[in-house]
Amino acid sequence: MTMTSPTDAPDLRVRQAATGTPPKPGRFKERAGQQMKGGPFAYIALIVVGIGSILPLYWTLVAASHTQDEVLNTTPPFLPGGRLLHNLDAAWNQAHLGKAIVNSIIVSSCITTATLFFCTLAGYAFAKMRFRGRGWLMTAVIATLTVPPQLSVVPLFMMMSDLGWGGNLQSVIFPTLVSAFGVFFMRQYLLEALPYELVEAAKLDGANNFRIVLSVVLPVARPAMMVLGMLTFVQSWNDFFWPYLALNQQNPTLQVALGQLNASFTPDQSIVMAGALISTLPLLVVFVFFGKRIVGGIMSGAVKG
Amino acid sequence: MATSTPTRDTHAPPPRSSGPTSAQRQKWRSRLWRFDDKASPYAYIAPFFLVFGAFGLYPLVYTGWIAMHRVEMTGLDQMQWVGWDNFSKILQDSEFWTAVSNTFLIGVMSTVPQLLVALGLAHLLNYKLRASTFFRTLILTPYATSVASAALVFALVFRADGGVLNWLLHFIGLGHTNWANGHWTSKIAISVIVIWRWTGYNTLIYLAAMQAVPTDLYEAASIDGASRWQQFRKVTIPSLRPTILFTIVISTIGSMQLFGEPLLLQGGAIGATGGTENQYETLSIYLYNYGWNLGHLGPAAAVAWAMLVLLLLIAAINWLIGRFVRKSAA
Repeated sequence: MTMTSPTDAPDLRVRQAATGTPPKPGRFKERAGQQMKGGPFAYIALIVVGIGSILPLYWTLVAASHTQDEVLNTTPPFLPGGRLLHNLDAAWNQAHLGKAIVNSIIVSSCITTATLFFCTLAGYAFAKMRFRGRGWLMTAVIATLTVPPQLSVVPLFMMMSDLGWGGNLQSVIFPTLVSAFGVFFMRQYLLEALPYELVEAAKLDGANNFRIVLSVVLPVARPAMMVLGMLTFVQSWNDFFWPYLALNQQNPTLQVALGQLNASFTPDQSIVMAGALISTLPLLVVFVFFGKRIVGGIMSGAVKG
Repeated sequence: MATSTPTRDTHAPPPRSSGPTSAQRQKWRSRLWRFDDKASPYAYIAPFFLVFGAFGLYPLVYTGWIAMHRVEMTGLDQMQWVGWDNFSKILQDSEFWTAVSNTFLIGVMSTVPQLLVALGLAHLLNYKLRASTFFRTLILTPYATSVASAALVFALVFRADGGVLNWLLHFIGLGHTNWANGHWTSKIAISVIVIWRWTGYNTLIYLAAMQAVPTDLYEAASIDGASRWQQFRKVTIPSLRPTILFTIVISTIGSMQLFGEPLLLQGGAIGATGGTENQYETLSIYLYNYGWNLGHLGPAAAVAWAMLVLLLLIAAINWLIGRFVRKSAA
């Protein structure tokens, strides 16, 4: 006997959820058919807000490609100039940016991988397994969402120093290996996307629980994992507060390096902007390619939240 | 398979000749199976609780203990009992109360416009539009920007000399403003950064909730002759009430944490004290300044506990408002 492969049905639903349609297709279709058309005012307002959304990013590029004097002139430049490479080079040398990029990649990929694995496991347990205390344990998970990191940084810093992790990347990676939001997100998704019959069938086929996770849950969860992965990556890449406290100048992540670049006595704003550009660019690329999915992910997480 | 009852392990190795009998094996296996079913869920949720316990809950409680001690950055392993001294020190510090009021003011100034604009935008995006996915993605782009990058580019925009905003104000005939130095203007600047980064995110949350509102409600309203604005007020907003409450809670918690925006608005030593007159110093900055800039971790821990108390207060207020709203709706 072989394992029953997941049918197409949940996969289809999954895909819809990942692209922004709420997982109850019927309801959305009705709504879409009767939706009122937007007038010109809607377009004008959205275009204005859209421009406002990207203007600061454009200004980052402009400032990063001129000298500081040109940027701070009484009449600032409006088009990108020719000093971009020079400024990138300067930023690279002044702030350990090369090392910072490598560190950021290590930190974000470790956190993302671990979050995906642990959150899918926990999400599956909360969605489809029966055990004592399930209800209040889930409540506890959600409650932790409201605890800001500020409340525990002082002892955390001392703990990291005790462990010998002071200034090391582990001190940034370990506290965020698994997130309450991720557990909640995967649970909500698997509640609807994973039919219990599929789990049952695998059980009849003699699979143990971990086997079920590997062969049934993971394939069904893949689209949601994509979304959670991107959200987690963005978040850990952009995280500032704790890394800024935990890491030092010799071993920073990109955001920490950026903060330090600006903390120097007389920072050259063009070089700072070049650094900002380096830290933002990878995520903008991700956004251009997967923006739709990220949008869908935030929306699908929100409907049920 | 020969057995009529389902067995667990189809890929089990063939029984060894000297091994236990097949009945014993069956029994052992079913016991294993039951154990697997009982223990697995706990094993799957364990990582979350272990990580949160070790790096969230335990430090949170331990913060209270540290707050009663004198601990310096220069010697982390030396703790000296001082009782309530750290608390009375920060409570008597006028800078602490400045930070509390700044955090509160910036919180209100960034949350209220942000959520109102998000609500309006979500309403617009809920119409049938061409390229609506494009617009959704576009307004979410600031979300991809880090606090650090956003704060730094806005610092440039809000600069007193050579800032684009002042240039623009000058261009349309308005005066010159030293944004970071003014008490209100610096708070406006920080609020703008927050609003810029988070409006798109909240818009999508509202949009998702709006799309879940049943259409018949709108149909009924329009048959009753309700205008679009009336429909928005009498159908959309009430249906969104839980979502609105949710975003208020999330934004409030977020504004309690404001750190990168004020730190980087001017950078350097000025940023670490939230401006020359602490005019935009938030609680997180105050904590950072005590602990990491001045090196006194005891008072910093006391600040963390003060933040916890404030957070509980806010939660209580939120709860009361929620109850009031529910009652008045009923």
